[in-house]
Amino acid sequence: MSLRKFITNKTTAALAVLITVFANTSVFAQDAAAGAAAAPKVDMGEVYKSVIFYILVFLAICLFIAIVGKAIRVYELSREAQGKPVGINWNRVNSSLFALFLVLGLYGVYWEYTVHGSMLLPDAASVHGKRIDDMFNLTLIITTIVFIATHILLFGFSYIYKYSAKRKAYYYPHNNTIEKIWTIVPALVLTVLVLMGFLTWRSIFYKVEDPKNMPIQIEMTSEQFKWTIRYPGADGIVGHKNYKLTTASNALGIDFKDLKSRDDQMADEMVIPVDKPIKLILTSKDVIHSFYMPHFRVQLNTVPGMQTVFEFTPTKTTTQMQQETNDPNFKFLFYCAKICGSGHYNMQKVVRVVSMAEYKTWLAEQKTYLNDDLRKEFNLPVAPAPVKSVSDTTATDSAAVKTNQMALNK
Amino acid sequence: MSTIALHDEHNHDHADHGHHKETLISKYIFSMDHKMIAKQFLITGIIMAVIAMGLSILFRIQLAWPDKNFPFLETFLGKWAEGGRIKSDFYLALVTIHGTIMVFFVLTAGLSGTFSNLLIPLQIGARDMASPFLNMLSYWFFFTACMVMMASFFIQTGPASGGWTVYPPLSIIETAIPGSGLGMTMWLISMVLFVASSLMGGINYVSTILNMRTKGMDLWKMPLTIWAFFLTAILGILSFPVLVAGVVLMVFDRSFGTSFYLSDIVMGTNILPNEGGSPILWQHLFWFLGHPEVYIVIMPALGISSEVISVNSRKPIFGYHAMVYSLIGITVLSFIVWGHHMFVTGMNPLLGGVFMITTLIIAVPSAVKTFNYLATLWRGNIRFTPAMLFAIGLVSFFISGGLTGIFLGNASLDINLHDTYFVVAHFHLVMGSAAIFGMLAGVYHWYPKMFGRMMNAKLGYLHFWLTFIAAYLVFFPLHFLGLDGVPRRYYAFTEFEFMKKWLTVNIFVTWAAIMAALAQVAFLFNFFYSIFKGKVATQNPWESNTLEWTAPVEHLHGNWPGEIPTVYRWPYDYSKPGHDVDFIPQTVPFSQTMSSNLPHDFEGNAEAEKIQQDWELSNPVTENKG
Repeated sequence: MSLRKFITNKTTAALAVLITVFANTSVFAQDAAAGAAAAPKVDMGEVYKSVIFYILVFLAICLFIAIVGKAIRVYELSREAQGKPVGINWNRVNSSLFALFLVLGLYGVYWEYTVHGSMLLPDAASVHGKRIDDMFNLTLIITTIVFIATHILLFGFSYIYKYSAKRKAYYYPHNNTIEKIWTIVPALVLTVLVLMGFLTWRSIFYKVEDPKNMPIQIEMTSEQFKWTIRYPGADGIVGHKNYKLTTASNALGIDFKDLKSRDDQMADEMVIPVDKPIKLILTSKDVIHSFYMPHFRVQLNTVPGMQTVFEFTPTKTTTQMQQETNDPNFKFLFYCAKICGSGHYNMQKVVRVVSMAEYKTWLAEQKTYLNDDLRKEFNLPVAPAPVKSVSDTTATDSAAVKTNQMALNK
Repeated sequence: MSTIALHDEHNHDHADHGHHKETLISKYIFSMDHKMIAKQFLITGIIMAVIAMGLSILFRIQLAWPDKNFPFLETFLGKWAEGGRIKSDFYLALVTIHGTIMVFFVLTAGLSGTFSNLLIPLQIGARDMASPFLNMLSYWFFFTACMVMMASFFIQTGPASGGWTVYPPLSIIETAIPGSGLGMTMWLISMVLFVASSLMGGINYVSTILNMRTKGMDLWKMPLTIWAFFLTAILGILSFPVLVAGVVLMVFDRSFGTSFYLSDIVMGTNILPNEGGSPILWQHLFWFLGHPEVYIVIMPALGISSEVISVNSRKPIFGYHAMVYSLIGITVLSFIVWGHHMFVTGMNPLLGGVFMITTLIIAVPSAVKTFNYLATLWRGNIRFTPAMLFAIGLVSFFISGGLTGIFLGNASLDINLHDTYFVVAHFHLVMGSAAIFGMLAGVYHWYPKMFGRMMNAKLGYLHFWLTFIAAYLVFFPLHFLGLDGVPRRYYAFTEFEFMKKWLTVNIFVTWAAIMAALAQVAFLFNFFYSIFKGKVATQNPWESNTLEWTAPVEHLHGNWPGEIPTVYRWPYDYSKPGHDVDFIPQTVPFSQTMSSNLPHDFEGNAEAEKIQQDWELSNPVTENKG
């Protein structure tokens, strides 16, 4: 097929496509016009124009590629007809492209590491987070070395050992020594990583409680698509809850017959004191969510029917972090990281890390979950009463007494 | 020799198979010929891949321009994109179905189904599969599964949208997300059909490989492709039934009020009656399949690339035995690493430690494979066919994605990376890109065997370079989003101040994805055009050693006219010193290649060694032996 004939063919084909596209658009336009009577009028003309524009651009590119392809073919055939050596050595083209890809790719990796690499999370703001960061950096160094070395070999060999009719490949089916080396070396490196990872993992999840520095309990309950925070109140322990007690006024299903529940406090944001261990008790009401607090390197799923616990110690206050990141609007956040429905992408709350003194003043201002309506619901006296006198005032309620005694026995 | 020679008695029937009366239906639709079934799997797989790629472009558009309206989307999607904006629920449906189609329909059925069916009988020297009828059923179950899955786009509540892992309770409770209604039921039906298909296929592959190898084809003479398909099939047989068990329990929970996966659930103020189950149970059952599944996806691709790299480097694959043992190692280990998907689910931390150890151990056989590929390229004589380009691309992606796996396999690092874009980037490189590249390498390499014609090499080059570059442009930057704590499956990045800096990256990634998608037009055109108009192939276009290239170009039911060839040697005698051409097919006996035989070729057979020694004494020209 001659080049000229081909172009004419392509042109006719392209024309045919264009005609079809225009025919279709007019049909669509008619539909839109018909539908416009009921729906508010949307001007689709511009839209179709832009869609057609992009389709035309693409077809033009295809046409261009086809022409280039045919030109190459004509060139090669004419070389062949004249008895000259093959026009384009595609092995050389491809091997050179690999070499080029290697150079540009390495630069791209460098660019990514420096530009996007500087847009990442700031250094960890928790004790265990520092260990995770160290672990990460070590892994990053090892993998980057391997990544670059293997790619230099891969694309380098592709470039150097391109096909040549004069050469024969080196018959080299195996070498047990080399194979042993590159089995054992990765195994050793991985052993180091596994050991360090294992120790870090243990230090995060197997904490020995220091009786002098007991963690502050905070309970997080997730539901579509919000978090509810519960502080333990004066007794330092979040009380029982039972999902069967859930009502409109008691959204968490807190069991107020448990004395420990009565002083539990609600909060709009998570405020925690710096350098004090925090024990997060994570639960979920409906589906699985994930409590993700990346600045502190904390993540654990919240699972309905199950309690999960994560303990961490913040090391930087929000103000410190604002100075370090040079961003006066910096906020610690926690949000959902497990697909949970249509609002998954916006399920966040602010975390404020403050000094112990600030924390105490803030905490004193927070309301308790137990309010007058709930007192009525649970047959508790409406007048606010100190915890101590509870057992006297509820003496008439035998069930409450039992619970109290059980609670006391614990 | 343990090979059962069942096939010999059919020889004379197949030499002239005039007695077969083939109709259009028996030849092209309900075909029982493994080559036709392979083509059916391939073309269905390609169509599903195009659909899933289209879905990904839709949600990439949403991610790049969350504030813009695209009225043409409403034209196609109706109420799911009212006003030209994809709805949040539908966004989740898109990612769910994209993942499901790609993992199961494209990379499992499209890859394993195509090449196991095509190559197992041809490369081991069999007339067809052990059970051609089961083979046909396998395809039709797969096809029905695809249809059911696609049909879920045409129901009012939309397709399943709980992510491709369909974690309960989200996937069970209809009020949690609309997709968990009928759409999820269809997902489950489709999955049961799919597993049935893949089991029928797997049993067939294993029994064919074990029982129907031709004379001389002992296990250690099988090409690495066959080893990979064999081990993949075993993985599938052992792990897919567990998924069915999980799916059946989920059907019970959804439709018959049981509580296998549900407990203590309150939707708003509506207290559900289910008690005593655990959503974590599903995760264990799912990932017991799910992790072997990613090796079901990658192992055939590794097998294909081993073959393609060896043929086109004109060099034996380096460390054939190590390659097989590392495949076996991956097969065994892949059953005890599923917990690394569950480090932060609240699973006992002790288990987290154990799964971290097993997970990082699996990196060793993967590293061995990578180094062996590199050693095969070293001092080769590399022909850059399109298949070879894709095989090299696979090695590159396998390295990149494998290395990021070392981060995620480490439980401590996974705490902050779990369910972020780092995970998305990781598995799209190692499972998505690498496996797709393996599949494309296979298509370009065995196209002459499938259709008797050649694909256009130059379009192949264009296809490779555009796809290779675009895939890196798409997935490399996504790692950094993950390192900044951006979770996956977010409908828009607009609600978080810190994510706004990634919006420009998202736009860039979307354009790169569109470029990758358009590059596939070059492939699709090349593929379908060449079926009818491609250059007619010669019998052995790549000068390859394996058995399939000794079969005639035109397809016969029974593969070889006359007797099935006998195998004498391993499949990787490329550029053997002392031989005049740079390849020696498996069917050439050592007696015809006296000048190139090496002592270890005789595997300790004293008589053969003696004959060789005598020959060498009488022909003392050995200066080109090395």
